[in-house]
Amino acid sequence: MFKRLLVAVPALLVVAVAVIYALSRNSVLAPIEPGSAAAFPQDLIAQGAVLAGAGNCASCHTRKPEQPFAGGVAFATKFGTIYSTNITPDPETGIGRWSEAAFARALRSGVARDGSHLFPVFPYDHLTKVKDDDVKALYAFFMTRRPVTRAAEPNTMPFPLDVRALQAGWKLLFFHAGEYRPNAAKSGEWNRGAYLAEGLGHCSSCHTPRNSLGAESAAAKYSGAIIEGWFAPALNSGNTAPLPWTADELYAYLRTGGTALHGSAAGSMSDVVHNGLAKLPDHDVRAIAVYFADINESVKFAGDPQDIVAKSLRSAAQDGRRAIDPGAHLYLAACASCHYNSGPMPPILRPELALSSALTAPNANNFIQVVLRGISKPDGLPDVMMPGFSAALNDADIAQLAAYLRRTRTQQTAWRDVRAEVAAIRKDSRGT
Amino acid sequence: MTTLHLNGQTITVDTEGDPPLLWVIRDSAGLKGTKFGCGIGMCGACTVHVDGRAIRSCITPVSAVTDAQITTIEGLDPRGQHPLQKAWTLTQAPQCGYCQSGQIMQAASLLKDFPNPTDQDIDAVMHGNLCRCMAYLRIRKAIKLAATELQRRAQP
Repeated sequence: MFKRLLVAVPALLVVAVAVIYALSRNSVLAPIEPGSAAAFPQDLIAQGAVLAGAGNCASCHTRKPEQPFAGGVAFATKFGTIYSTNITPDPETGIGRWSEAAFARALRSGVARDGSHLFPVFPYDHLTKVKDDDVKALYAFFMTRRPVTRAAEPNTMPFPLDVRALQAGWKLLFFHAGEYRPNAAKSGEWNRGAYLAEGLGHCSSCHTPRNSLGAESAAAKYSGAIIEGWFAPALNSGNTAPLPWTADELYAYLRTGGTALHGSAAGSMSDVVHNGLAKLPDHDVRAIAVYFADINESVKFAGDPQDIVAKSLRSAAQDGRRAIDPGAHLYLAACASCHYNSGPMPPILRPELALSSALTAPNANNFIQVVLRGISKPDGLPDVMMPGFSAALNDADIAQLAAYLRRTRTQQTAWRDVRAEVAAIRKDSRGT
Repeated sequence: MTTLHLNGQTITVDTEGDPPLLWVIRDSAGLKGTKFGCGIGMCGACTVHVDGRAIRSCITPVSAVTDAQITTIEGLDPRGQHPLQKAWTLTQAPQCGYCQSGQIMQAASLLKDFPNPTDQDIDAVMHGNLCRCMAYLRIRKAIKLAATELQRRAQP
């Protein structure tokens, strides 16, 4: 009841504010003749392709690989299911009649060509930071894609949440329009990284928890959040990885999909690395790494990395003599053949669980996801795969394994209710 | 229809749904050296290499490895003379033999990562490969013998 009130009271407030604000409606921008915006310089289109990679537009706007950018990806938000739209230049179902001004307004202000408000599932709260030149390049890129005729599915939000005019209230409360403003106290590289991460990259859309109205919580920026059953880890100093995420580690992770000292990218982050950031030149990925290495304060890390690695490997190496724990049995039977390590440094293709971000995270989500699904060959680190154990291990097995590894490999407190969490994630993944 | 790179050859086989790699290796490609043990990745009998690394083929859907190089016991060495296979004979490691192709494939992967393995390394990495005949001590001996041979070969 209280929880309902928590949503209902602010929601009513928003309605009240919105009713007033909605009076100032956005104008309809004139349609252009379909196909009239098809001639762009090749280098502008190429620049747009890189930028679309930085924004990983495809991950939300492409459901079927054979229909790139035709939309249809479902987002199950707590307000209802919202489907991504067709952003190919199809005149009827896509953005073929959108002028550059309409395209720019959508990115900058979250307003469609017809003047209606877009829902903030579309991260215009970040895209508003994109520079004019880059908006132009993105427009050139999208208007030269192959048009696909595919109408968007109707969203399933209950009244009054489906009333787009009410979004004006949301914007009043949470939206700060405006291009990225460089921080003069920081380097050019840092500012480039910040521009990409805060703008097109919209990293905090996943890595920052959201408030009851679905806006990113400014007070908890980059403190990590659960999204679609995965945990998007903290990118600030609250990150619990045993070793610091230095600029070098971040760079290697974002460029290749994993590192020996932190583990492998999985889930939608693997998609970000291999289908999004892969389009960016090295120096842009490096800039993003430099930016986050500053945000997470990894320079302040006082421990000795060599010492931590050695300790981690020791914690793992004792297993052979400690097989009384049923979790240890499971680990030895199912995991050790690939994850056991000895020697001074774990090789990159034998991911060391004691160093894995998934094991030290505040929740078991990523651990459970990877055990259930495995990591396919294109995901994470190149040329290495892990089979999923969803048919091999039951919920209790995975919970035991999680408890054992968390206890022996990390200094963190035990995870709670892992078994129920496994069941819930299993149920969700069947739906996808 | 699924296309696979199996033991250096590209083969196309009829598959229905997305069967485990093990079914394809045994039933479609007809290579019977790889064994079915438990079917849940807990015994190691079905171990093969995917891009040179050991995996349990019984829990690996074939769709996950269509662009990989798959090696089975038949492809480990063209003449069956891999140092591990020779060491297996020399030490008379197997008894009933059912687990040995999985053991050898896992051991081959082990020796890539641990060229000079300790008892502890062998016990940990080979723990997921069960042997009902309890030939573990001979298996360990064979692995060490093969390690010596591989290191001798690696010397200039």
